[in-house]
Amino acid sequence: MSKPVLATTSLAGCFGCHMSFLDIDERILELIELVEFNKSPIDDIKTFTKQCDIGLIEGGCCNSENIHVLKDFRKNCKILVSVGECAIMGGLPALRNGIPVEECLREAYLDGPTVGLNTEKILPNDDELPMLLDKVYPCHEIVKIDYYLPGCPPTADLIWNALIALITGDELKLPYEVVKFD
Amino acid sequence: MKDKVQDIIKKYHDDKTRLMDILIDIQAEYNCIPGEAIEIIAGQLNMSKVDVEQTLSFYHFFTTEPNGKYTVYLNDSMVAEMMGRDEIARAFEEEAGTTFGSVTEDGLIGLFNTSDIGMNDQEPAALINGVPFTSLTISKVKELIAGFKAGKEVKDMIGQTGDGNNSDPRIMSMVNNNCLKRIGSIMCLEYETGWALRRTVHITREAVIEMVKRSNLRGRGGAGFPAGLKWEFCRKSEGDATYLVCNADEGEPGTFKERVVLTEMPEQLFEGMAIAAYAINAKEGILYLRAEYIYLRDYLEDVMETMRKDNLLGKHILGVEGFDFDIRIQMGAGAYVCGEESALIESMEGKRGEPRNRPPFPVQAGYMNQPTVVNNVETLSTVVKIMLNGPDWFKAIGTPESAGTKLLSVAGDCKKPGVYEFEFGTKVNEVLDLVEATSVQAVQIGGPSGVCINPEMFDRNISFEDLSTGGAFIVIGKDRDLLQDVVTNYIDFFIEESCSSCAPCRSLTVILRGKLQKLLNGHGTMNDIDELYRWGQFMKQANRCGLGQTAANPILTTIENFRPLYEALVKTDEDYMSEFDMSKAVEESCKYVDRVPNVH
Ligand SMILES: Cc1cc2nc3c(=O)[nH]c(=O)nc-3n(C[C@H](O)[C@H](O)[C@H](O)COP(=O)(O)O)c2cc1C
Ligand code: SF4
Ligand code: SF4
Repeated sequence: MSKPVLATTSLAGCFGCHMSFLDIDERILELIELVEFNKSPIDDIKTFTKQCDIGLIEGGCCNSENIHVLKDFRKNCKILVSVGECAIMGGLPALRNGIPVEECLREAYLDGPTVGLNTEKILPNDDELPMLLDKVYPCHEIVKIDYYLPGCPPTADLIWNALIALITGDELKLPYEVVKFD
Repeated sequence: MKDKVQDIIKKYHDDKTRLMDILIDIQAEYNCIPGEAIEIIAGQLNMSKVDVEQTLSFYHFFTTEPNGKYTVYLNDSMVAEMMGRDEIARAFEEEAGTTFGSVTEDGLIGLFNTSDIGMNDQEPAALINGVPFTSLTISKVKELIAGFKAGKEVKDMIGQTGDGNNSDPRIMSMVNNNCLKRIGSIMCLEYETGWALRRTVHITREAVIEMVKRSNLRGRGGAGFPAGLKWEFCRKSEGDATYLVCNADEGEPGTFKERVVLTEMPEQLFEGMAIAAYAINAKEGILYLRAEYIYLRDYLEDVMETMRKDNLLGKHILGVEGFDFDIRIQMGAGAYVCGEESALIESMEGKRGEPRNRPPFPVQAGYMNQPTVVNNVETLSTVVKIMLNGPDWFKAIGTPESAGTKLLSVAGDCKKPGVYEFEFGTKVNEVLDLVEATSVQAVQIGGPSGVCINPEMFDRNISFEDLSTGGAFIVIGKDRDLLQDVVTNYIDFFIEESCSSCAPCRSLTVILRGKLQKLLNGHGTMNDIDELYRWGQFMKQANRCGLGQTAANPILTTIENFRPLYEALVKTDEDYMSEFDMSKAVEESCKYVDRVPNVH
């Protein structure tokens, strides 16, 4: 039987969830025996080359690009998992929700303390750039999400246990240490 | 300003636990609490400015900007909406020339929404500078605004005064008590003030507790905890002093029975408080009165004064050496959660009304960290009748687990809203008949935190073992849109009133509201209904106090009892549907950066 295929991506996230994924340490050797990676920053495959079994999503959706990638993942993965607070709730980026987009852009590009080099007061509007959404959306408001792994980031053990459960079909082990956050 | 503010602080002996009173007086003086006053308070009370601000920002009726010489707080509770408050709101806006949530440019008129004000039997209703105006009509609104512009006194604009003691010179309110429609067998039993207390002081404190225990009297404020047991716990707790608190916060939308008790039989309440104080040996009692009932304050003070003269309050009550007890009124400032007993205590200590972690319970460490009994108005008033007629007489009324009677505040789609005294065990149908409700889709028992029942359940009864209620009984007629008009209003209420300490109470309420809206927008799936239910159940376990624990009840109980209404909203077989609309989502940002949206 061929190995299950795994894809991962980081949308409006900080890559912290991917770093936590890498925190499985030497178990990564076990993992590559168990799964085949497809589109993912881990192997740097940029586009889907085949139908995948599991997609791990880090981060919510803050721009049009995130939406396209997420929908692409839904199309190409049998199971989608929201990994971490940002994917599940919007997380830190969603702090801008409730502040008008105009104000955010003004602060980021025109008035903020770090805009020194933008002497021409240019707002990013090239057609090639992703368009900013009115707010940051959690993934499950855009596509169907099958599972959620909480945490910021979820611990390596939680990600590992969840993956193993998905691959083997065994029940997910959730000891308290794995989901406690304080 | 400095002198005036300092005078106010001095009136409360520079005591920072009296911050609520200080802020209330300042708000009344300036129509707001100016920044300068905050600084003076902080200096004088030796607190940081943020400590003052955090109390101040918690309460609905404290503002940092002037809220108008005439300040209208229009009730936006569900029954108010049923009775046409939106039309009244439009009329206020048109006549005043400003919108809700703001003040006219000349600072004359402020229009604001507020949660239930305890007048659901005579909606639409508003508080104007603390004075209730009920059964509002468009012509009354016109008259009011014209009056404001002519500089009239608010209390001169009420027109005719209401029934019963509402016409007492000490109240002079237009409120109608639609008074106690059925002369009930306990609360409303006529008696002479002082008799029960006379009997009480002839027996020991322990014997009083024993009597109340034997009577099986359970708390009327919602939770139904046995009153005698609570007193006994308190009596056994160690402390330097013991306090008795009467909870008259009555914030649950649809409840207004305490308004009627306080207006028509305050002596009975104060006597009940004195009996409880005797039992637990409390010298100091506090009546926590919701801000919305401030129009009753002078009257209540006067009643207490008379009782002091009659030696029913004060020192050596009824000549008994060592039986000293007096009551002060603590006003609230608009926060439903302050009805929760530990939040109430925080508020009485001058802090934000955030519920405490328990244990310790108030009977162990309550007000000022001392043993404290908190009881509801109705509970304490009922004690009087138990002392008069004995526990066995009391126990014989009602059902095995719910002794006695219950005051119900009936409102909504019926001909005779008002307060009624019913024996526990009375069937919903009997209540509906009596209040002349003929075309009934649902009854909301116990306000937003209670249950919404369907007609098949109308033969069930009002009692702790069946349908428990703190007093609200809201009739919802057949032509109402239950989910759109009732459930969303209730969830909005909880979102507004959550103290926000617990993440689920703060966030999941909003998420559930969004999901419900998705269904109402016609974009929901069966799966959304299941998730609403599953997520809603989580609220019961994951929040600190009763507010959060019951905040999903409007959704949970309507899914349980009116599931077809939800299913009718689902227009698809798909198990997932997104409401996301890319064109809309990028519109604003593209416009601002000057770019043509490129959506495909
Ligand atoms: C959010 C919330 C609001 C409450 N509001 C009231 C109230 O307005 N009046 C009341 O007596 N009890 C209220 N309670 C119940 C009180 O916490 C407490 O149980 C009650 O005052 C005890 O008195 P009892 O035993 O006489 O009923 C509320 C509880 C919660 C959780
Ligand atoms: S959940 Fe935390 S770690 Fe993961 S992307 Fe968001 S901020 Fe980073
Ligand atoms: S449940 Fe809600 S109201 Fe109660 S303490 Fe928690 S956040 Fe505050």
